[in-house]
Amino acid sequence: MSSAPVLPAPGATTQGDEQLSSTVWRGAPRRPAAPHRRARHRARPQLASLGRNNWTARFGAFVLGTIWLCIVLFPIYYMVLASFRSQTQYLSANAWLPEDGLSISSWSTIFSSGTGLWHDFLNSVIYAAGTIVIVATLSLVAAFRIVQRGSRFSAVSFRLILFGLAVPIYAILIPLYVITLKLHIYDSLFGLILVTSASLIAVAVLLTVNYVRMIPNELYDAMAIDGAGEWKIFYRLVWPLARPVVGVVSIFAGLGAWNNFVLPLILTQSNSDTVLPLGLFKISTTASGYGVNVPVVMAGVVLSVLPLLFLYIALRRQFVRGIGGFALR
Amino acid sequence: MTASSAVLAGGPVTRPAVSRPVRQQRFRADIAGISPTLVLYGVFIVVPMLVALFISFTRWNVVGSLQWAGFANWSHFFSDPVAHHSLLVTLELAGLSWLIQTPLAMALGIFIAGTQRYRALYASLYLLPLLMSTAGLALMWQGVLEPTFGGLASLASSLHMSFLDQNYLGSTSITFFVIVALITWQFVPFHMLIYQAGRRAIPAELYDAAKVDGASIRQAFRHVTLPQLRYTIVTSSTLIIVGSLTYFDIIYILTLGGPGDTTRVLAMDMYNVGFMQTTFGYASVLAVILGLIGIIVAVGLVRMTGFGTMQSTQEGMF
Repeated sequence: MSSAPVLPAPGATTQGDEQLSSTVWRGAPRRPAAPHRRARHRARPQLASLGRNNWTARFGAFVLGTIWLCIVLFPIYYMVLASFRSQTQYLSANAWLPEDGLSISSWSTIFSSGTGLWHDFLNSVIYAAGTIVIVATLSLVAAFRIVQRGSRFSAVSFRLILFGLAVPIYAILIPLYVITLKLHIYDSLFGLILVTSASLIAVAVLLTVNYVRMIPNELYDAMAIDGAGEWKIFYRLVWPLARPVVGVVSIFAGLGAWNNFVLPLILTQSNSDTVLPLGLFKISTTASGYGVNVPVVMAGVVLSVLPLLFLYIALRRQFVRGIGGFALR
Repeated sequence: MTASSAVLAGGPVTRPAVSRPVRQQRFRADIAGISPTLVLYGVFIVVPMLVALFISFTRWNVVGSLQWAGFANWSHFFSDPVAHHSLLVTLELAGLSWLIQTPLAMALGIFIAGTQRYRALYASLYLLPLLMSTAGLALMWQGVLEPTFGGLASLASSLHMSFLDQNYLGSTSITFFVIVALITWQFVPFHMLIYQAGRRAIPAELYDAAKVDGASIRQAFRHVTLPQLRYTIVTSSTLIIVGSLTYFDIIYILTLGGPGDTTRVLAMDMYNVGFMQTTFGYASVLAVILGLIGIIVAVGLVRMTGFGTMQSTQEGMF
């Protein structure tokens, strides 16, 4: 961990903003509603000044913070430890101490063909990748047109899309099931990708519009004067400048697909189209031998988190912003 | 929400008058750029909303033919004790979630807004639950809570703490609260992030002034932090309440609404009636009510406080 706080200071510019302002329009007017942003920036170094003399309060905060840390970590520790047990070890060993015998048999079970979990994992990769491609592409192109405000059509469309932010997915599960049946995309990854993309697109468009809006009109006008068409403006101006938000939207969409449970539950059926969370659930309800093979389930859950963990470590800032996208949902 | 879209779109900007061919070209580009999104959104979000409303006036089990039922399904809802109980459980879950998550998330958010290095490390670990899928999280806790070989049962026997030995997921008295606890474990990190951003947005001058006036830490919290966080509280509360109206995954995996009907929320009831009993007409009534509650609560809270405040709170976070 570096010394920097996990989140970017709210007032601080993001990496993307810095890149934009240093290469393209240093000093250009930025988005209007920002007086508080600067205030935050100044506020940070003095943040803790009030409690300087009161170390009892800080010690109390440390103790309570540590208690919550234990609450967060104890089930995760249990899960990781249990994943390194065989089923017989699981039934006999102490669940919390690592010394009572460990093995990687559960992990090798996952990667062998028996459970199908590895296949589910690959399905999840396709599912997430497809959703990312659709959501990121469509939202960027749409945001470009919405920000340009070339016609009434874009304004009306944007309002309609914003309305979708308020619709809970559970209210439309039954029609989604019926519609995918009628369109013959029920029980296919393709249909799953389309429906999931639709459920995420409103937030993605809003995030992208908010970012693309920051590109100043002067740049569009300059390109238009040079005779560039709309396609060229998109390809040479919007796409290069909007890359940071495309990254954030991709993480948002990828998480939305990778961790989705209810849409795969409703829209797929056969084993060949099962994605990882659903596959794990299926295994957890299938008893064999000594009952449900808990260590294999635990290993599967760890497996499902690992890719996200690596992403989180590598791209912490974008990742937190991608998670933040769910606030708009 | 419509009132705010002018704000969202960046406010009025005067553009130079353009000739007719250019305008036509822009219109064509708009169609080409936006219609893929609109089609996807229309087919899988807008049309399903209308279809849900339509099916709620029919009798249908997908396989057989569709029969018009008039208001029969709707009047059934008003005399259905099962649905009423589900509605009650849903509201209890939302209320209790709000009551527990709000103070916890606020305290943790203020904690990780501090500048000490160890707090940054803690914060990055606090976020781990956000990486897990709800299904994965539920299965992990199933392992911990399993009554014979699970983590807590094992702890109970080795430490001789028999109060830990409970039937966590099969008890009519405590399972509801276990579900609330798991939901708290899952969602507090998220709201903690919102409160962290809110706390960092408070100007230090306010605390300096409080200090000059001789305020204690408690007084500073009461008279500076709490009032300054009011929009943050509204944003987070809205998200907690709207989100908890649609809890489904955890309950589906861990209890299926049981034991008895103690954890059967409206979404679970809808799933039972629709996908288990294949009475899609009545299930659609429940779905429409679920959607209406969500939309009314979301729009109501947003109207009350203005979308702009919510927007700025979230900008602080991103």
